[in-house]
Amino acid sequence: MSYIMEFLLARQGRKLPTVGDLLTYLYLLVGTVLMFGPVVWLVLSSFKTQAALVEFPPQLLPYNQISVAVEGYKDPLPLFEVTLEDGSVKRMAQVRRVGIEAQMVDPDAPEDIVKVRTTDRQPVREIAFAWENYTDPLERFNFWTYFRNSVVVTVAATVVTLIINSMAAFALSKYVFAGRDVIFVVIISTLMIPISVILVPVFLVITQVGWNNNLLGVIIPGAATPTGVFLLRQYMLTIPDELLDSARIDGASEWRIYWQIILPLARPALAVLAIFSVMWRWNDFLWPLIVLSRSELFTLQVGLNSFQGELNVQWHYVLAMTVLTLLPVSLVFAMLQQFITSGIATTGMK
Amino acid sequence: MPKNMFNTLFSTVYSAIMETVGLLAEPIQRWLGTQRMGYFFVLPNMLIFGVFILFPMLLNFYYAMTGGTQLFPQDRPFVGLSNFERLFTCGDFLNPNTCVEDRFWRAVFNTIVFVVFQVGGMVLLALITALILNRKIVGRGFFRSVFFYPVLLSPVVVALIWKWILQRDGLLNALIVSLGGERTLFLLNSNWATFWAIVVSIWAQMGFYMLILLAGLQAIPKELYEAADIDGANSWQSFQYVTMPLLMPTMLVVLVLSLIRAVQVFDQIFVLTGGGPGTSTFYMVQYIYVTGFSNQIQQFGLASAASVVLGLTLLVFTLIQLRLGRTNAY
Repeated sequence: MSYIMEFLLARQGRKLPTVGDLLTYLYLLVGTVLMFGPVVWLVLSSFKTQAALVEFPPQLLPYNQISVAVEGYKDPLPLFEVTLEDGSVKRMAQVRRVGIEAQMVDPDAPEDIVKVRTTDRQPVREIAFAWENYTDPLERFNFWTYFRNSVVVTVAATVVTLIINSMAAFALSKYVFAGRDVIFVVIISTLMIPISVILVPVFLVITQVGWNNNLLGVIIPGAATPTGVFLLRQYMLTIPDELLDSARIDGASEWRIYWQIILPLARPALAVLAIFSVMWRWNDFLWPLIVLSRSELFTLQVGLNSFQGELNVQWHYVLAMTVLTLLPVSLVFAMLQQFITSGIATTGMK
Repeated sequence: MPKNMFNTLFSTVYSAIMETVGLLAEPIQRWLGTQRMGYFFVLPNMLIFGVFILFPMLLNFYYAMTGGTQLFPQDRPFVGLSNFERLFTCGDFLNPNTCVEDRFWRAVFNTIVFVVFQVGGMVLLALITALILNRKIVGRGFFRSVFFYPVLLSPVVVALIWKWILQRDGLLNALIVSLGGERTLFLLNSNWATFWAIVVSIWAQMGFYMLILLAGLQAIPKELYEAADIDGANSWQSFQYVTMPLLMPTMLVVLVLSLIRAVQVFDQIFVLTGGGPGTSTFYMVQYIYVTGFSNQIQQFGLASAASVVLGLTLLVFTLIQLRLGRTNAY
């Protein structure tokens, strides 16, 4: 017990007992397996054939039984490792199976059919990736449509979010006008109101505007995010007013000050908001689920959900599409992970 | 170089668009004056904010007091507080079966259980992980990313990953069978489904709070620990008298943020279990969604009333946070 305490509470820069170090790395190792394992398992499974997916217990890697072409047979035959009566092991192809007995044939001598019990043979397998799990849905389902909708929503919403929130943050940080503080307080007080609390009335507004079953209905409502205004305003407050004044003396209009001075200077904060916005929009589920009921407008998340909800879940396709859905976010994370983690640590928002 | 080309292209398009908007903005500036250009800049945000957040928030209260199945308020009869009455009519508040809206009360109780265990377990794990990552270890950046990674995954993806692991022929059952256990239908057993709903959402969100706590830990000045060492404090004592008090404000933020999120639990679990088996993972937001949108009869008034209840709950948590934040500042 005291060791556990010691190990938990010892901090950087101190001499540590080896047991503590060991436990630390053990924790981190187990943690890594638990956090990454499920995703790795998903990716491995997504490359398995439909037959391999229903196998129990499941294989770790995607295997496929080898088939061989045998003279005299039209289709390639599945290959097995057969233990013969004399104890020797031989690779043979299966012609047909009747109950517990299988008719096997030696690929080199296709004339003689040997009868073998099914318990005396093992399938010969090789690692094979079932790429058709990925290519089939792209052709047969609306995957590209969903993907395109998700991209359109994410990109458009992020651009709109960045523009209108940076404009508002600029106004709230650099101008003095009647009602400014009221506006700021009202915005901040809605910081904690999630869309799930105002589903019905927002749906009404969307329907009234005619954006029901329209990507605009997904893009616009979340664009004026209080979080974004707050984040950008706090950052812009640190930009000295003298910069604006000297630009004014040089004859720059307020609009020019905004786009040529403020926005470039606020780039770090804009980048943080952009990353958040991309994450929010790409992963958004409940609101698109309500606004979009026509399947050609589905985003990836809604489309994926409707696939997995079908009566006969085609797991081999669902898994592959899940991998494709998590790929963009994972790539962005791999490239920007330092930036993202420190951004969240300093702003405390997601 | 392509990167240079991209930059040139971007800045050309950017300037062209901005100059064009300038043609509109400059006459407005002459009319408004410099300081009142603030109105111009705040306008687009205010329009969207007003129409899609503020107005709906106010409308929600009215909606909650109307009945019928029509969407537009002018077609809906005013029914006063009867939606709330319906939600709160119970023979015995501790037994959902005696309530008129039994599903609402099941959702409330499920949500309470979920919030207690999810927040409790997650904050504890996040704290332990943050403490460990705050030690002198090799590859801290890597491990930080590992624990954070699931946070980025969408709720649907998280649910599908776990649905695949927890299914009848899944990885978990394979492990259990190989250890000599029996196959379990995790998502079809009410207790297991509740358990996994909690575990899966801890898995998906823990990294976020871990990161905030880690930032809080790293903000604690090293000198304080050195001083504690000089005074002869052991690890436990310096944790108790240095780390805990100084981490308290961060802990409160983490606690309130995670509470607010846990109360709104929906998408992950909706995809994972659909609220089932029965109603064992049926939570408040799903009640709102089902009542207002996915049932054959769309009871918008009832859904609104339930969302007012949910909103007030969240408001209480927010006020607590503001209150605690204030006492902590002094």
